[in-house]
Amino acid sequence: MIRNYDKLIFELSKEGRTGYSLPKNELKEQYCICQLPANLKRESAPGLPEVTEFDVVRHYTNLSNKNFGVDTGFYPLGSCTMKYNPRINEEISALPSFARLHPAAPIEAAQGALEVYYNLAESLAEISGLGAFTLNPYAGAHGELTGLMIMRSYHMQRGDLKRTKVIVPDSAHGTNPASAAVCGLQIVEVKSTANGTVDVEDLKPLLDDTVAGIMMTNPNTLGIFETEIPEIARLVHECGGLLYYDGANLNAVLGKCRPGDMGFDIMHINLHKTFSTPHGGGGPGDGPVGVRAGLEALLPNPQVKKDADGKYYIDTDDKSAGYVSNFLGNFAVLLRAYTYILTLGRENVKMVGPLAVLNANYVKESLKNEYYLPIEGVCKHEFVFDGLADKSTGVTTLDIAKRLLDYGYHAPTIYFPLLFHQSIMIEPTETESKETLDEFIAVMKKVAAEAIENPDIVKSAPHSTPVRRLDETTAARFPKTTYKQLKG
Amino acid sequence: MSTILEGLYYAESHEYVKVEGEFGYVGITDYAQHELGNVVYVDMPDVDDEVTAGEDFGAVESVKAASDLISPVSGTVVEVNEALNDNPELVNSDPYANWIIKVQLSDPSEVENLMDAEAYKAAIGE
Amino acid sequence: MKYFPHTQQDIQQMLEVAGLKSMDELFGEIPQQLLFNREFNLPEAMSEVEIRNYFEALGKRNSDLVCFAGAGVEDHYSPSVIAPIISRGEFLTAYTPYQPEISQGTLQYIFEYQSMICELTGMDVTNASMYDGTTATAEAMMMCVAIAKKRNKVLVSATVDPKVKRVVETYAKYQGVVIETIADKEGVTDLADLEAKLAADDVAGVILAQPNFYGIVEDYTGVADMCHAKKAQLVMNAKLSALAVLKTPAEWGADIACGDAQSLGIPMTYGGPYVGYLACTNAHVRKLPGRIVGATTDVDGKRAFVLTLQAREQHIRREKANSNICSNQSLMALWVTIYMSVMGNKGLNDACSLSYSGAHYLAQQLVATGKCTMAYDKPFFNEFAVKTTVPAQQVLEALLANGILGGVRIADDTLLVCVTEQRSKAEMDKFVEIVSNI
Repeated sequence: MIRNYDKLIFELSKEGRTGYSLPKNELKEQYCICQLPANLKRESAPGLPEVTEFDVVRHYTNLSNKNFGVDTGFYPLGSCTMKYNPRINEEISALPSFARLHPAAPIEAAQGALEVYYNLAESLAEISGLGAFTLNPYAGAHGELTGLMIMRSYHMQRGDLKRTKVIVPDSAHGTNPASAAVCGLQIVEVKSTANGTVDVEDLKPLLDDTVAGIMMTNPNTLGIFETEIPEIARLVHECGGLLYYDGANLNAVLGKCRPGDMGFDIMHINLHKTFSTPHGGGGPGDGPVGVRAGLEALLPNPQVKKDADGKYYIDTDDKSAGYVSNFLGNFAVLLRAYTYILTLGRENVKMVGPLAVLNANYVKESLKNEYYLPIEGVCKHEFVFDGLADKSTGVTTLDIAKRLLDYGYHAPTIYFPLLFHQSIMIEPTETESKETLDEFIAVMKKVAAEAIENPDIVKSAPHSTPVRRLDETTAARFPKTTYKQLKG
Repeated sequence: MSTILEGLYYAESHEYVKVEGEFGYVGITDYAQHELGNVVYVDMPDVDDEVTAGEDFGAVESVKAASDLISPVSGTVVEVNEALNDNPELVNSDPYANWIIKVQLSDPSEVENLMDAEAYKAAIGE
Repeated sequence: MKYFPHTQQDIQQMLEVAGLKSMDELFGEIPQQLLFNREFNLPEAMSEVEIRNYFEALGKRNSDLVCFAGAGVEDHYSPSVIAPIISRGEFLTAYTPYQPEISQGTLQYIFEYQSMICELTGMDVTNASMYDGTTATAEAMMMCVAIAKKRNKVLVSATVDPKVKRVVETYAKYQGVVIETIADKEGVTDLADLEAKLAADDVAGVILAQPNFYGIVEDYTGVADMCHAKKAQLVMNAKLSALAVLKTPAEWGADIACGDAQSLGIPMTYGGPYVGYLACTNAHVRKLPGRIVGATTDVDGKRAFVLTLQAREQHIRREKANSNICSNQSLMALWVTIYMSVMGNKGLNDACSLSYSGAHYLAQQLVATGKCTMAYDKPFFNEFAVKTTVPAQQVLEALLANGILGGVRIADDTLLVCVTEQRSKAEMDKFVEIVSNI
């Protein structure tokens, strides 16, 4: 019943209903807003719904029932690190002593908040092996852009203006080239070898004095560790470029090896992946950016520092790559990530990567007869199947993904990376139990069997979700993006 | 089997040009529209924009893909197919009747670098 | 460790299936010199009890102040229903709605968000959020350049919040976009300077603010025509809460509206998370970056919602996308959607009315102390700039000593003071009393 709820909040509206209460305006007589000149006021009232508070609670609760989250069930979404989001993180992030703090509060009135920022930055530096972190960028993509601004600033400040190329592996996420372009850099693609790693021989001729740097993730988007990274780092540094680490896959190596030790100079971390802050249906996350020692001044302004007396203060640096945010990032997200690190502590942080990798290998090995595994061997936190092992069924990766929804699972990442036609990318994360994985494995096998025995049921999936497959073509050809447009 | 019309010139990137006097009508081939699937938007240049052979002048979008449009010829855009703004699906229904831009050719000899119908047919393996 | 479900037996069985003898073999291919072999220099694991105590102690090192500070972040009323809905796991722990069949909750609230933002701004279409108001404005700048194709100059009024301007300038610097400032004349945009700077026919866009940084409601009559005559886009950074009352960006003739939605009941939380908005006319929808949700139907004909116009975006267009923005701040978009639902037009108007009255009362009382004069004689909304006879810092310190954050110092002798619906007359009277005693 509830899943069939199909009202828009606007459709609950009835003239005269209200859902709010505010104090009486004692000053209205003498200081009336009606005194504002008429030509500065809007001509017609905005068409917002008129509903009660209870209407709102029931409406959005019903909407939530049409959603699937990590709290609902297993979310094997590759490259997204959908791990458990602890509730204590939420509790701490909402503490009034932080929630009520205005960003312009004098530093004496914000020492607690500044300590959180400072300590989290220090913790991330230790975990990643880099020198210093900014927590100002709001998201992974934003961190990536900030990191590239730092890379460009590094070259510009040395007067080396011709370095405007950035090398990106062909397996990279689309955000990498988009971020580079927004930062005014040109993209050069480096090929992957048959096992999905950067082809060092293809890289060599690309390295010249116009290269600003290279963007990589390690392990890469196939879940394969780039074992030649020391050689790549040597080659890129030798040609005068910097190495950028896309932290999207950091969970794979958390506690096992550090980007700084691999030779990377700049990196971003997705706190909403590796450090368990909730995805929220697409944000807010936070995208801290770290740099190796010597590049600290280039971090965006404002910067949080600690003086000799242990007092925290806010600083700006003329060498900074600039300002990328309103203030110090998504602060409530920082509170969550710091809570998570303190909960894990030094003894457990180092187990995150190993357990995530164990889970991935367990699922991979359990399914490789039913699904085609193009790259054999030990994977890291995730791996990629190229569709079903049996290629004769006509059942596509999309069909498999949709059929999983019927069985109560979120779909894996599909059709990415682009290296294969039928990519199914699975990342189980360390917070899933063997039992959960066993059930998922059984369902994946069942879907593979259905693809042979009853392909139509897979091809027309999902059948049991609140809505079924959508007409995305009409949505894109004739976009209706507001209630007003929908009503016509 | 894709439709390939005789008398048109074809590029490796699956655009065609139909030459009429000093003008060329540029669109995407039947093979290209089929590969792309349901076209939802055609990003076209403005009239008077210059296009250069081998360089992109716009894009064709389906729901989850986008393909650059590479001009097979050089010249000045004298007309764009406005009908595609409201009905991008015309590219699917008849890509040859529904050209995308009309170009005043700056170098008509450029078409000699393109394929004829037979060569294009071979190129797409049909 | 409560977040790790693995028993020793599980680990053994799983390693066996994976054909491995030890956990170390999972990382066997990694060169030895890259393996991290020491203990992390981090605190030991804390229990939930210790976590609570730790953060409570840290929180005590922040001061709980009565807030008269604004400058882009204001202390607004946040209805009690929002937080419990936001923290439902189905919303909180969902990913970006790439699987629409099991994400209708997220997709529908985004559709509602888009509808409401368009109602408030008057614009035709909006994306489903930006990081904040500063980056939304930077993206608006990038849109102007993309629309203009061959122009790379954007004008920003001196009355735009400097925090916004410096982010716009940062983004512009790396893209080779030239930012020029339109002069400020008695607290408002100097329209003669704007006209002069437009004359060269090389401006892609003009960025103005409403209300402006000084809290002044500017009269932009004729400005859109002035911009459009020179083929420049008009961008208006507008405070959403005030748009329940103020002339909308669309009514002023803006092509793009942008800004921060923090004023719609989002807690201040030391700078974030908030949510930025970016809306435009239909003509520019293809240049609008970010996620957009559209209505459609499923195979059974049922109404449903889906991410649409995706081929514009970074994950498909890669380096040809106009922006690198991915998902962002979705939950905060839900926050403001619930806020707008609860408040409705009447609630927003009442909040504006309270803020306006309070600000005008406080301004008058401060001037009456003789310690302050109005910096500008212009219509303002709920924020105003006052010149102080003693250094502004001294005023702030006196107020701080009494638990009041008195505003934001914008010059040695100038204070920006903001009043919201949360400030009582008693709090304002105390503010005035402290100032008069300096």
